[in-house]
Amino acid sequence: MSNLLLDLKNVTKQFKGGTVALDDISFSIDADNPSIIAVAGESGSGKTTLGLMALGFLTASSGSVLYRGKDITKMNGRERTDFRKEVQAVFQDPFAVYNPFYKVDHIMEVPIANFKMASNKKDAREMMEQALISVGLRPEETLGRFPHQMSGGQRQRMALARALLLRPKLLIADEPVSMVDASLRATILEALDKLNKEFGITVLYITHDLTTAYHVSDYILILYRGSIMEAGDVESIIRDPQHPYTQLLIGSIPWPDLDRVWGEDIAVIDIEEDTSVESKVGCKFAGRCPHVMDKCKVSPPPLFWPDDNNRVASCYLFEDKEILPGNDVGTLFQSKKVAAAR
Amino acid sequence: MERLQSNLRYLRRNTSLAIGLGILLVLILFTITGYMIIDPKLDPYPLAGPASSPPTLSYCPRSDPECEKTEPKAYIFGTDAQGRDLYGVAVAGTWMTVQIGLMAGLIGLGVGVFLGFTSAFYGGWYDLVVRWAVDVMLTVPGLLLLVVIASSLGEQKITVTGMGLIIASISWRGPARVIRSQVLSMREQSYVMMARLNGMSGMGIIFREMMPNLLPYLGASLVGAVTAAIFASMGLAALGLGPLREPTLGVTIYWVINQSAFLRGLWWWGAVPIGIVALIFVMLFLISIGLDEVANPRVRRAE
Amino acid sequence: MSNDLVLDINDLDVQYYTDAGIVYANNKINLELKAGERLGLVGESGSGKSTLALAILGMIKPPGGIAGGEILLNGRDITKLTEEETRQVRGREISMIPQGAMNSLNPVMRIKDQIIDSMIDHELGLSKAEMLEMAGDALQAVELDRKVGSMYPHELSGGMKQRACIAIAIAMKPKVIIADEPTSALDVVTQRQVMQTIRHIQEEMGAAVILIGHDMGLMAQFVDRLAVMYAGQMSEVAPKQEAFRSPMHPYTQMLIESLPKLATKGVFHGIPGITPLLRDLPPGCVFSPRCPQAFGPCRETTPRFLEHRPNQWVACHLYENESEKARA
Repeated sequence: MSNLLLDLKNVTKQFKGGTVALDDISFSIDADNPSIIAVAGESGSGKTTLGLMALGFLTASSGSVLYRGKDITKMNGRERTDFRKEVQAVFQDPFAVYNPFYKVDHIMEVPIANFKMASNKKDAREMMEQALISVGLRPEETLGRFPHQMSGGQRQRMALARALLLRPKLLIADEPVSMVDASLRATILEALDKLNKEFGITVLYITHDLTTAYHVSDYILILYRGSIMEAGDVESIIRDPQHPYTQLLIGSIPWPDLDRVWGEDIAVIDIEEDTSVESKVGCKFAGRCPHVMDKCKVSPPPLFWPDDNNRVASCYLFEDKEILPGNDVGTLFQSKKVAAAR
Repeated sequence: MERLQSNLRYLRRNTSLAIGLGILLVLILFTITGYMIIDPKLDPYPLAGPASSPPTLSYCPRSDPECEKTEPKAYIFGTDAQGRDLYGVAVAGTWMTVQIGLMAGLIGLGVGVFLGFTSAFYGGWYDLVVRWAVDVMLTVPGLLLLVVIASSLGEQKITVTGMGLIIASISWRGPARVIRSQVLSMREQSYVMMARLNGMSGMGIIFREMMPNLLPYLGASLVGAVTAAIFASMGLAALGLGPLREPTLGVTIYWVINQSAFLRGLWWWGAVPIGIVALIFVMLFLISIGLDEVANPRVRRAE
Repeated sequence: MSNDLVLDINDLDVQYYTDAGIVYANNKINLELKAGERLGLVGESGSGKSTLALAILGMIKPPGGIAGGEILLNGRDITKLTEEETRQVRGREISMIPQGAMNSLNPVMRIKDQIIDSMIDHELGLSKAEMLEMAGDALQAVELDRKVGSMYPHELSGGMKQRACIAIAIAMKPKVIIADEPTSALDVVTQRQVMQTIRHIQEEMGAAVILIGHDMGLMAQFVDRLAVMYAGQMSEVAPKQEAFRSPMHPYTQMLIESLPKLATKGVFHGIPGITPLLRDLPPGCVFSPRCPQAFGPCRETTPRFLEHRPNQWVACHLYENESEKARA
């Protein structure tokens, strides 16, 4: 059995109508090193598509998605059930995930029954209560209620409790805090952190908010129009972005810090998009890049190591540096041994 | 108990539904008490009483002067030209008409829901075929189809059940379409995705997750199907293609026309079936407006 | 920036009458807006900030109503105006950039026609050509090409549509602009560009802006003063520096604490508890159930909204004693 939890090999996803949501993405997640990996990007970057593919809700147009070494599309019934049990998700809208017809308990009772996790009602109830307490909710205030009787923050925390209950190996969190109030975000992020540190669950944190991504993740993947622009340690990337797109993003974030002024600490150059640049050929960011060169418009750059830090950037500015073998970003997430070995 | 109380409170605000259900209650009581009073094998049929008698509380034939002392019979709705007790017709006919409506409505809904659900949920070529079939059937004028079917069966062979089945052959079209579009939009909901993550099978998701949320739409579709079915049965009967031996409201109207009841001054013969039919349609209409509001979840939550 | 108050809200009460009870959306709101300044109004869902915006625009309709207090626009109480007079004020003296403004554009009208639409309604006594000229000026002010006026909404990108909405809002050069989360649907890069545009025109026109939202980062970069609302009440109003560096109200303190900052990676400070329902407010101070510094009077009396430090207004019992002692 492979050591890799999730392995995307040259995955491309093209929708009917021609939009390429993901373009030749390869990355893997190590089972031995449970970490929080952020997948960040704007709308249209392909980050949600990535999440849905990891969950098996979308199939790749080319390339393969492997779970523990087995192709997701080719699993038999038993393997499928195991896969469903080990890969769970928390979604963006805290209300939509609840079936309005049932009480909120339904969301936990069903998987306990389907995955045969408890032998009787009493044990099931206890499991549910434990999970709720772990995320800071009180069972007497939440169980037995209908979804519309709870606040958004409570619902989202309960969704996390459900994920915790199932003890998955991988949790896909798709924008879990974007529809939650500011004061509750920290609580939910804390719960995600706890899931990772205390229970060894790997979290794929999909978001457009780089501030929360920085706060909670170990590694980050910056996507732009289906391609990886920069990936690696979140510290290096956020504090010292090397790819022009990442620089533009970080420079545009309104930090709640009075000492950082918008667009001034990192040189942010606003370029009107050059729509003549054919985005299917060459670097996706070429049309907006202040450092664009002719070769950028011809073929997409591979991932280079700009410096000694554990991160890579897909940009010809670093073409004289080393290339990441196989373009497999997963090697960065495994451990820092790789960087040290260079 | 709490749910019942909140439902009653809701009824106070949803007047259409309240009045509609009120009329339904009245009709049900009318039918139940009626069946306890009349003789269902005799009264709604010819020769049950004197011919062409206007509504009266005590009928005594002039040939029997002693009648006052024995039991004068009351014909509160009068009788028709063939001696049918119109009160009996009202009671039996209402129930028969409703039977036809319910049968056609329920079968139509059942078939329509099954087709709508499965084609929307599973998609693919199955969806293509079903969608094509429904669309083709929808373009065929329903009444025409029914006339063709009914007339080819011959008058003698049409019974109340027969009517129900004939109309059921077209009443599945509308529900299939409506339910399919509802399910298509429901399929994309996050809670369906969550159900899949919970390890539920396709059928499980349809019945346990989606169906309960469709109940208001199913209710509204049922009311719509029943209304259309009663309407169709009236149409067929008025053309003479109903179960002529039975006193359904539609057939009674057929006889009213056929026997020139109003020209002969027998206004009560026409008034009875027309009045009841009008009441039934008003009731169905009010219930469907009421359910319209129920089906919209945001309105409900405004409590 | 002059010291005249362009907007002066005193003890404003807004209530909604529902089957389930009275919803106290705004309670004794006190707020001042100086000409040309940028004020941020923060609050979470259920804080009443959107209701306040609607009240200022005169858009509170039954079952809601203004139950008390006054809103003075350049000295004139706009809560007492007739429907017609309110309509005249709206768009001309106060205008709004709504949330999700991209969906507020009429898909079958050209942009310039939408800009002059409300001008026509206001009977400015201008000819159509003059109004179109003003529309063109407005588009230029928001850094769009004049010829965008002849385009339809679907031909514009998200950021451009948002700017078109801003152009509509500023066409008649109002003195107060209310921007209700104008960039929430935009990506981070476009957001910065649009906010910089708003700042630019606001400074040029000398108009005051109330930026409503819950993104503290946006507030930090854009506003001069910050007003914090909680559960229908104004809890703190302070200049930006003080609000972020030395907040007085415990809610503001905890809110600032909970913000992710580069220096505090991995440390999470959420605010425990949940916001009370506006129709079921706790007795005394509305924040007392969640406040770690709550003591005696907090659960009994509502604290008054006073200027406990120069330019910093707070509604909190922690300071009531101090101020009284200082004054004694």
